[in-house]
Amino acid sequence: MLLLAPELILLATALVVIAADLLMRRKRKAELAYVALAGTVLAAFATVPLAGQRAVLFGGALVVDPFAVFLKLVLLATTALIILASVDLVTERTRWQGEFYALLLLATLGMLTLVSATELVTLYIALEVGTMGFAALVAFLKQRNASAEAGLKYLLLAAFSSGVLLYGIALLYGATGSTHLAVISQRIAAPLTMSQPAVLLALTLLVAGFGFKLSAVPFQMWVPDVYEGAPTPVTVFLAVVSKVAGFGVALRLFAGALGQAEGEWTPVIAALAALTMTVGNLGALGQGSMKRLLAYSSIGQAGYLLVGLAAAAKSATVGAGTTGVLYFLVAYAFTNLGAFVAVIVFSNQTGSDRIADYAGLARRSPGLALALGICLLSLVGMPPTAGFVGKFYLFYTAAAEGLVWLVGLAVVNTAISMYYYMRPIKLMYLDPAPSAEPVRTTLPLTAALAGAVAAVFAVALVAGPLIDTARGAAELLTVLR
Amino acid sequence: MVEVAWIIPALPLATFLLIVAVARSAPRLAHALAIAGVGAACLASVAVLAEVVGGAHVERIMAWFRIGQTVFTVGWVVDPLSAAMLVIVTTVSLAVHVYSVGYMHGDAGYARYFAFLNLFTVAMLGIVLAPTLLQLFVFWELVGLCSYLLIGHWYRKPEAAAAAKKAFLVTRLGDLGFLVGILMLWTATGTFVLAEIEAKVAQHALAPGFLTLAMLLLFCGAIGKSAQFPLHVWLPDAMEGPTPVSALIHAATMVAAGVYMVARLFPLFEGAPTALLVVAYVGIFTAFFAATMGLVAHDVKRVLAYSTISQLGYMMAGLGVGSLAAGMFHLFTHAYFKALLFLAAGSIIHGAATQDLREMGGLRRVMPITAITFAVGGLALAGVPPFSGFFSKDEILASALHAGQPVLFAVGLATAVMTAFYVSRARLLAFWGAPRWSASAAGSPGGSRDHAGHGGSADGHDAHAAGAPHDAHGHGAPHESPPVMTAVLVALGIPAALGGLLLGPASGNWFAHFLAPLEKPLPFDLGLAASGTAAALLGLGLAWLMYGARVISPEALAARLRPLYVACFRKWWVDELYGFIAARTLLGLARALAWFDLEVVDGVVNAVGAATRALGRGVRRLQSGQLPAYGLAIYAGVVVIAALVMLGPR
Repeated sequence: MLLLAPELILLATALVVIAADLLMRRKRKAELAYVALAGTVLAAFATVPLAGQRAVLFGGALVVDPFAVFLKLVLLATTALIILASVDLVTERTRWQGEFYALLLLATLGMLTLVSATELVTLYIALEVGTMGFAALVAFLKQRNASAEAGLKYLLLAAFSSGVLLYGIALLYGATGSTHLAVISQRIAAPLTMSQPAVLLALTLLVAGFGFKLSAVPFQMWVPDVYEGAPTPVTVFLAVVSKVAGFGVALRLFAGALGQAEGEWTPVIAALAALTMTVGNLGALGQGSMKRLLAYSSIGQAGYLLVGLAAAAKSATVGAGTTGVLYFLVAYAFTNLGAFVAVIVFSNQTGSDRIADYAGLARRSPGLALALGICLLSLVGMPPTAGFVGKFYLFYTAAAEGLVWLVGLAVVNTAISMYYYMRPIKLMYLDPAPSAEPVRTTLPLTAALAGAVAAVFAVALVAGPLIDTARGAAELLTVLR
Repeated sequence: MVEVAWIIPALPLATFLLIVAVARSAPRLAHALAIAGVGAACLASVAVLAEVVGGAHVERIMAWFRIGQTVFTVGWVVDPLSAAMLVIVTTVSLAVHVYSVGYMHGDAGYARYFAFLNLFTVAMLGIVLAPTLLQLFVFWELVGLCSYLLIGHWYRKPEAAAAAKKAFLVTRLGDLGFLVGILMLWTATGTFVLAEIEAKVAQHALAPGFLTLAMLLLFCGAIGKSAQFPLHVWLPDAMEGPTPVSALIHAATMVAAGVYMVARLFPLFEGAPTALLVVAYVGIFTAFFAATMGLVAHDVKRVLAYSTISQLGYMMAGLGVGSLAAGMFHLFTHAYFKALLFLAAGSIIHGAATQDLREMGGLRRVMPITAITFAVGGLALAGVPPFSGFFSKDEILASALHAGQPVLFAVGLATAVMTAFYVSRARLLAFWGAPRWSASAAGSPGGSRDHAGHGGSADGHDAHAAGAPHDAHGHGAPHESPPVMTAVLVALGIPAALGGLLLGPASGNWFAHFLAPLEKPLPFDLGLAASGTAAALLGLGLAWLMYGARVISPEALAARLRPLYVACFRKWWVDELYGFIAARTLLGLARALAWFDLEVVDGVVNAVGAATRALGRGVRRLQSGQLPAYGLAIYAGVVVIAALVMLGPR
């Protein structure tokens, strides 16, 4: 049971939070956040000893391997920071505090299970556990039209894409006779199976179904609307936790199980990568809302990750592409988290998330401006931040796998992204402030922001060991198939 | 101690960081930290020297980082050369630090000044200890940066900012050659480690022509840093920095770096005799050339600056004729007497608020300690026995003669006459004769003799040279400098007077044996010593006749030799020549490029930007907010992908 300790701890914490919510007086409900935080941290500590494990559970439905453990730690660390970043908003804006944290924990539980899943039905259920939680959370401020609209959009499109995914799973089962990834990977290796129309259609539907989760173009349409409408902590949750888990499971499925059919789906993923980064970066130009800007930016970043995914099953170097994606995911997770938390701080105090309102922030709140500036620079990929190492390593591995044209396009996109990432920095540091009043922050938010910014540097600083760890996880994944 | 020699640069580095971190607005703490750091480094250097004298020799090299298969290394090397240099650098730096407490008192950038002074020392010590060319280059550039920061200390003053920029850019020109030379050696040998390169060169693994070219390029770096012709132009202008910084630059750090580099790479230079010959001739030409300019300068600091260029030329000449010991010995004696001269000049500027020799005169009565110490330094520079400069200069001249270079010897001797002349001229003009300043300035507001009379800003000292009115900073009549400054002068006077004798003939040429045990010592040649002494005395006598006894009128002589006088005074129009080259050719090219940049490049960039923004608008327009449209997009995506996968080429 220790192998599932992280999941069980999260589940127990979620139940405790719900029960306590019923019993507690209104005034003390803010403390629920810290119960949830403690559970998450505890789960993370329970995950650490699992490093190095290679255990199969429930007849092959779940595995605990270095790949899963690596991603689980990232998921739990970011979730902990997101809980900290939610405290203020949840306490002030809603009466249902227990529900918020319980949903957050349950969605995280789904994501943890997702990165461990090695059987398609389990995978689907884990995905849905997460999606249901996300949908409810997006609409959590249901009194606000934007939030309710975003929730509805997310729910409907998620259902639609789930259908597509399920259809793909069914076809794959039909063609190979199994829902276990290990079996599928063996069956698919036979050239006859690989070129069956059913398998090809299954691949298409799987790409489309996951494309929704990964915000790949043209399945990304929901992203700007939902990111903007959702309560910002939930937006971070979607942009970070959901993205990390999504790419994790996509790696396991495509690079791992379907690695033998690489020739069939790699061109598709590569084309999606090209489209996704271009649309994301072009869309971000000229945005007026900071949240929308970051939404498009995360589409662009997803494009870079897709470049890595396209390289992941090629095998010039075993596991190199996967390693690149894993490291980039860590860098991206903390960087994006930091940027969004800065936005939360700003909008909690000023009630605005218009980019123009950030003018002169460096003089009003130098610390906040610096933190946001660092995160934006890391998103661009400037040294010495994590974003630099992540981008460099990802592009490097992709180019080594022969995807030179894609890397070239990614570099052009990075240049475009400079424009919209630097604009807030220019506003904050060079333009006059509308008022001299500092933007006040609270202790939990400061802690979350400081944690994220520290991680942005730390992830770059320990890049060597971290990449080695990721490589260990990635090589195993490739061997598994 | 040699095993942890890295601590020597680390100590002032630590204090530099501390000053930046905690003492930016605490001047007393800043100078205490700075002096403690350099003082500790100085003690450590002496300990290292003692061990090296006892026979220790350490070279530690470790991996720094690797790119692909190439490992880049760092480390430290402690041998007689670096150990001696460590002591020279740290002692002079310590003297300058202590002196600056008095000189920079009340300056607005006091803590910044001390921080950079520390960093400057760190950079130089890094060069001294570097066992690899890469590390040498890194610290070499750091020296360049620090010189920029310190020369431009009074950055609000346009002349200082310009001088800092000039020093940085001119030395960069040399550094370019230096870098190319390093890379040439690296491509040929596959390593930056000096010992390994030396081994390769000793095995004749490099083509002679290739090595000669590489060494000449490396020497370009030394030409820039050590202000040799034709890149000497930055050094006189560097006078715009605070005077103690000039002392540091001229004596132990920046300009010594070039000479030290040649000495450090001496085994390589020996493998390329042609390059070494170039070193010798560039050196001796610079020595002569700079001395002519020193004859006529009005600014006491400029006289000293030309003398530095000239003396560095001597050192290069010494190295060039194949005598490491002679070149380094002169570097050693020069470090102390030049530091002394500069700090004494600083004392004059501090006390008399002018650096123009024409506004001084008779200062020996009001500034006795400064007068005596300046005289000691001057005699050492002039090469009058038994002062230190005599012995080292003599050794260089002897080496030149011994190497079969009579031309070098003759030019060196002629330069010695000029050297003695200009330094005596400066001394006589400053300290002797009738005062050309008026004591009435004492009546100006706040013009008392106490220190506050300086107006609280050391800026005033040098600002005066830039034409600020005399009373603007309420300066009083000339007076002796505070004890913290004069004590340093006296302390430096000892090595300046006796260093040459003690480490030279009196100890059987200990310095030379220590540095270059394999070099055959030249027997003491009485005729040679006599000719050197005669040259010095000739210069001294001439100066006395013109500026002391006033038997010969300098003005009449200048009028008689007008073209020569003007040429010297205008610095042989080198600056004008560079200005002309820059203005006519470079600026013309720059204008053409600017046009291209503005019209063509920017045009393309703007067009790309506009096109990108237009595309962005297109993408945003797709985002209708309508749920059915989003669903349709997913559906269309599935259909298109399916079609491509199933029907596409396989």
